[in-house]
Amino acid sequence: MNNKLHIGVLALQGAVQPHKAHIEAAGAGFCAVKTLSDFKKIDAFILPGGESTTMLKLIDRFDLWDILAEQFKKKPVWGICAGAILMAKEVLNPTQKSFGLLPVTIERNAYGRQLESHIATIKGYDVSFIRAPIITNTNNVSIVAEHKGNPVWVEQGQYMATTFHPELTFNTPSPMHQHFINKVKNFKIS
Amino acid sequence: MSQKNSSENVMNIKTGLAEMLKGGVIMDVVTAEQAKIAENAGAVAVMALERVPSDIRKAGGVARMSPPELIEEIMSVSSIPVMAKCRIGHFAEAQILEAIGVDYIDESEVLTPADEEYHINKHNFKIPFVCGAKNLGEALRRIGEGAALMRTKGEPGTGNIVEAVRHMRRINAEIRNIVNMDEAELMGAAKDIGAPFELLKVVRAEGKLPVPNFAAGGIATPADAAICMQLGAETVFVGSGIFKSDNPDKFAKAIVKATAHFNDPAIVLEASKELGGVAMRGTEISEIEESMKMANRGW
Repeated sequence: MNNKLHIGVLALQGAVQPHKAHIEAAGAGFCAVKTLSDFKKIDAFILPGGESTTMLKLIDRFDLWDILAEQFKKKPVWGICAGAILMAKEVLNPTQKSFGLLPVTIERNAYGRQLESHIATIKGYDVSFIRAPIITNTNNVSIVAEHKGNPVWVEQGQYMATTFHPELTFNTPSPMHQHFINKVKNFKIS
Repeated sequence: MSQKNSSENVMNIKTGLAEMLKGGVIMDVVTAEQAKIAENAGAVAVMALERVPSDIRKAGGVARMSPPELIEEIMSVSSIPVMAKCRIGHFAEAQILEAIGVDYIDESEVLTPADEEYHINKHNFKIPFVCGAKNLGEALRRIGEGAALMRTKGEPGTGNIVEAVRHMRRINAEIRNIVNMDEAELMGAAKDIGAPFELLKVVRAEGKLPVPNFAAGGIATPADAAICMQLGAETVFVGSGIFKSDNPDKFAKAIVKATAHFNDPAIVLEASKELGGVAMRGTEISEIEESMKMANRGW
């Protein structure tokens, strides 16, 4: 009997591989997923950092929108930076399509361009903010952490989003990966 | 001025942005309109240029940094990162690009070098740099100077993939060689290839370059993108290949598609059928005069 959890990182584009060490250190299995047959094998999704515009185009071009929307109803999802943008209810700068999994408004590149990218300590763990978005408005989500006066780590039900990158930190597993994998465990039980 | 991370436990923020660009296509654009076409096709970033490399070849003369107004205009319409090129060794052009606030600077052999002895000390900048390399020693010298991302040089503006393939394979083979070395042999290798010893130790321990490695120079078709990705490139730069093709919009989309699924020949086939025209005319490398070979610029 194998009840190891399998966490799928959507691998259309972006920072996929850096999750492997964190997921494995938290006792789960890492899979890079691109197609429906991949999605069927996993217990939860990570929508990784990258370029949200590119990911949206690829999701459309490979006809994955409805497939992913259906998958997301059944599984926990954690969006990071670009992934958080895909999960938001409303996206600004520019406005764009999103899955609306979390009732938040998110503004792209809201700290500025690469010159404003920075490292900060969130819950005692150093993480990277890279051309990061800002969550400007939330409705009924639990705010796990704030930074410079804005929520940067939020969750509601089976969904979670961070505007920063814990996967680029070398100490594994990050508390965010650990938290998400615990969430997946609890979701499987309930 | 050097940008230090607050923690040794976190990847350098400059290389962090390169991580975000993985698995994608970075496209050369010369107008705001082209930048929109590139973004709409799914580019992960654009390179703002006055002329694409094939036109730089045709124009001859000294190729310099693009006019700031052009770069700013392209930045104003792009939601994806914008890169721009400065001449090899021209740190004042790089300072201008940093003042403009581009997201990445390419210290590029496509432009006419400003310094034939020294490259820019890239540690002095907050903006990350990408540099080209033909072999492992050159890649590690650039990383030693502070480059946060590497790419093959290839032979830009030719639509001929042969040099990019050569550079990719050479770096892979040299890394395998280093990994198999006895530790005592490492200093000899550092001397032979002119690479910083400390960085060679990292290569030996990790079996890869200390920063991501992308492919550039001569990529003109979806299959060209796929071969580079299968050889280990983590993203591809497409210069003249898109906007010198018959149908830039379709070409751009097809190359993005093939790059995302580079390991699936059925999808690369689909992408190859969606080009809507012919690829740019390629140039045989032996037809290029030695002095016009861009890959030989820098060291």
